[in-house]
Amino acid sequence: MQGERKIQSVEDVEKIQQKYSKQLYYPDGIKVNIGMASCGIAAGAKASLEKALKELPQGNGTQICQTGCIGFCEEEPLVEIFAAGRPRVIYRHITENKILDAIQGYIQGNYNKKWILGQMRDPRSLLEGNSENPLSEVKPLEKIPFLEDIPFYNKQIKIALRNCGYIDPDCIEEYIARGGYRAFMRALSQMQPAELINTIKESGLRGRGGGGFLTGVKWETCAKQSGERYIICNADEGDPGAYMDRSILEGDPHSILEGMLIAGLAIGSNQGFIYVRHEYPLAVKRLITAIKQTESYGLLGENIAGSDFSFHIKISTGAGAFVCGESTALMASLEGNVGRPRAKYVHTVEKGFRNMPSNLNNVETYANVPVILSRGAAWHASMGTENSKGTKVFSLVGKIKNTGLVEVPMGISLKDIVFTVGGGIPKKKKFKAVQTGGPSGGCIPEKYLNLSVDYQELAKVGSIMGSGGMIVMDQDTCMVDVARYFLDFLKGESCGQCTPCREGIKQMLNILTDICQGNGKEGDIELLEELGDMIQKFSLCGLGTSAPNPVLTTIRYFREEYEAHIKDKRCPAGVCKALFHYEIDEETCTGCHLCAIKCPQEAITGEKKEPHQLDQSKCIKCGICYDACKFDAIVVK
Amino acid sequence: MEQVGSASSHQAVEIDYMELDKIIEEQFHRDKEKLIMILQEIQWKYNYLPQASLIYLSEKMGVPISKIFGVVTFYSTFSLQPRGKHIISVCLGTACHVRGAEKVRERIEETLNIRDGQTTEDMRFTLESVRCLGCCSLGPVVRVDDDIYGRITSDMTGKILEKYN
Repeated sequence: MQGERKIQSVEDVEKIQQKYSKQLYYPDGIKVNIGMASCGIAAGAKASLEKALKELPQGNGTQICQTGCIGFCEEEPLVEIFAAGRPRVIYRHITENKILDAIQGYIQGNYNKKWILGQMRDPRSLLEGNSENPLSEVKPLEKIPFLEDIPFYNKQIKIALRNCGYIDPDCIEEYIARGGYRAFMRALSQMQPAELINTIKESGLRGRGGGGFLTGVKWETCAKQSGERYIICNADEGDPGAYMDRSILEGDPHSILEGMLIAGLAIGSNQGFIYVRHEYPLAVKRLITAIKQTESYGLLGENIAGSDFSFHIKISTGAGAFVCGESTALMASLEGNVGRPRAKYVHTVEKGFRNMPSNLNNVETYANVPVILSRGAAWHASMGTENSKGTKVFSLVGKIKNTGLVEVPMGISLKDIVFTVGGGIPKKKKFKAVQTGGPSGGCIPEKYLNLSVDYQELAKVGSIMGSGGMIVMDQDTCMVDVARYFLDFLKGESCGQCTPCREGIKQMLNILTDICQGNGKEGDIELLEELGDMIQKFSLCGLGTSAPNPVLTTIRYFREEYEAHIKDKRCPAGVCKALFHYEIDEETCTGCHLCAIKCPQEAITGEKKEPHQLDQSKCIKCGICYDACKFDAIVVK
Repeated sequence: MEQVGSASSHQAVEIDYMELDKIIEEQFHRDKEKLIMILQEIQWKYNYLPQASLIYLSEKMGVPISKIFGVVTFYSTFSLQPRGKHIISVCLGTACHVRGAEKVRERIEETLNIRDGQTTEDMRFTLESVRCLGCCSLGPVVRVDDDIYGRITSDMTGKILEKYN
């Protein structure tokens, strides 16, 4: 029976595509897609799904399905409801208590418009450009915006995220229905390895994991080596604040498998590995399912589609070590060893995993590959800037209104990302900086908001693209504390092998901790700069050489904050506990008593409708009152 | 440095060697490259890595105990000490940090009277800070066992912990 299912040709893929397009776009009855990525689940999507499944038994005209993350995390849980010939509507904040009403409302045609985020204009993926828009004949809902016109979405082009939120990640047929595996099948039957490599080279695709090395060049070098070669996917997304890889792994695992298959074909490898961090259990589960399905269709295994190309993919889980995102450390860990990097006199494309040539790309890079093959190198190269082509997924988080994953063309301005797509800073607070590139990156201040975001421009201001985390900071974020935070992180994650990184980071952290505790001295800033310079120059691997970046950029752009800590013994943002205290401003306090109720120390007293008092001897500076006060009457001094 | 399971600090657990054999031989075919995943599996069974299981693993796999110890202490997932019934993971990723995750952690430390990495005396909770659970949009995030709680403020922690006995 399995044999009949095996895909042998592009036509077989097209047949599945046609059959399952109906399920995706013209379902029988009402289809409900609940966003079930980790973030959706954390926001309550699982409870909504369970409630819907329990109360609305499947088969009576309503299908309850799961999808990955549709990206607009601020509005989670997100639920899409649609039916053939009717608008596709995305509802926001659909928790357990709303899910049944949302579905009933759609069935009855009254739609609960106040819960709607938007309606879709065109649900097709970039790979289905030739098919007809299933919504072209559908009359849109009045006074409801199209998703594509909402500021959060309208600057986005979804290549790597093309299927996230649209398909059931546990269903290979739905991936195929959106144009999946066609690129690979076409490559297998019609293209030579050199042609594949050239296409990727000409597309200008660069590694999306941090280094930004040209993917095609890497493939070419690896393909030239002799002997057994390995294709490895770096899914050890360790940068705190970046989660696009998790979203792709959980929402569209087949896009990675297809990218790896194409790489295997181009490089001449028969074995792939996915190294995924254990903090992402759902991603591991979905990858395992995806691999099994692909094997059952004969797209992974021996003699794929009757050709002489064989390819297998294995999954390995990491065990919580940031340094394992570094290529040589990752390969050591894959071999079951301690994940320590080695000097790269010999690159991993020559001698990597098991001392054999190994091509390592990250999740987002692989997810881009099938689209580039389908749409052509020139199409991809037409997007972006001179040296940075295509799109990049950013995770927009921190002090920002529209948190979420956004995929935008390279070269878009930082201002557009933060203020148009991201909607700016919440609670009328003032923008201070945006941190890019994780612990290896830097903090970019307001004066560079017009910067066009690509690999070169970010490097010019002392930061990096990294894996695409963008953490927005406002007036309440202390930049010295942020620098201390990153060094504390890196101290814990340094593998301890080379002295500049192991000891240097520790010393820098000691100095910063002193500064944050009010023990800073004249000359500390200069000493930090000197140490930072040394660590950059003499560390063994990328983790060490980039470790001082967060400190050096914050000194460069926010020196006055360091000086306030050192000279005035004051933390202007109200973060470093030893250097500030809270006061209640009697003029603004309305006596609403909320702070007094919330204070865990009972440090706040006062009569209702009268200005309250704060007992400094009891206050532990937990900040609960500061966050709770709606009148800004609690002030940092 | 942590001691390899000092006997006085906890009662010895019963090791089911048949089960260990299953993991080492049937599931992972004594593949030395799979050492990390084997250790994860053992930890999943016992909630930590009992000393006896590591010694057995070393003999069975032909990997020196020193190497196993090196791997176990290098990766942050592994624990050589018994952990509580419920694992509280406070995310200290950057996005959670700037939104006040430290305050959440401090609050939990005060409530349970333990520090980061420690276990309550009644073995009910272990508190572990983690660097990024990838739910950055919902920060600060706390995970208790498999349940993830987003948009946590320090005054909400008490209510959450009450649910776990």
